[in-house]
Amino acid sequence: MTVRVRAFARMRELLGAGDFELEVREGATLVDCWEALRAREHRIDSLASVTRIARNGRVATLLSEPVTQGDEIALLPPVGGG
Amino acid sequence: MHALFERDAIVRECIDPRALEDAVRTDECGGIVTFLGVVRERAQDDRPVTGLSYEAHESMALDVFAAIGEELRARFPKIQLRIVHRVGELRIGEIAVAVCAAAPHRGEAFDACEYAIEQLKARAPIWKKEHYTDGAGEWIEN
Repeated sequence: MTVRVRAFARMRELLGAGDFELEVREGATLVDCWEALRAREHRIDSLASVTRIARNGRVATLLSEPVTQGDEIALLPPVGGG
Repeated sequence: MHALFERDAIVRECIDPRALEDAVRTDECGGIVTFLGVVRERAQDDRPVTGLSYEAHESMALDVFAAIGEELRARFPKIQLRIVHRVGELRIGEIAVAVCAAAPHRGEAFDACEYAIEQLKARAPIWKKEHYTDGAGEWIEN
């Protein structure tokens, strides 16, 4: 199945795109999505401890949360608005 | 004709703060406080800046703006609040964010405006990159 990845700021620059589809296996969790992104660009590790992950507009508290086809997975590094 | 700011917004165009003030103004409000965040010519470390770029997760940012408004209405039932943030490339002196609070009395309007900008900076999924005169750039955390 595929999920839609949204990446911002430094995370977007590292991944080379801010809005793209990612193929993951059925039953995949947010951890699996992260691992698939890491396989694509290992340098995102540098942001792992500070990046929040949102699924369909809600920040996930548990990365063991499963994802479903078409979900939007947003990678949110530390914010700097205002 | 500029946007009327009937609701909070993420915009790509220049922000007209007068339009925000008109949007929050009601006959029961005797005080209007506007905060404008403006692009400064120097970074925190004093390096000269040529401009900033902003990006946002727009729907999540609007959810945060709405939550801030609800939190304020729980404290100040008559508060009128509008938040508009710009994204894209901004030059020195341009308005990046405008927060406008109207209330029956000035104390509530000042408190609400300050709360809104502080919460926005802490919570809204919006990012800022500083561009320096030497061509380098850096994402800035609040």
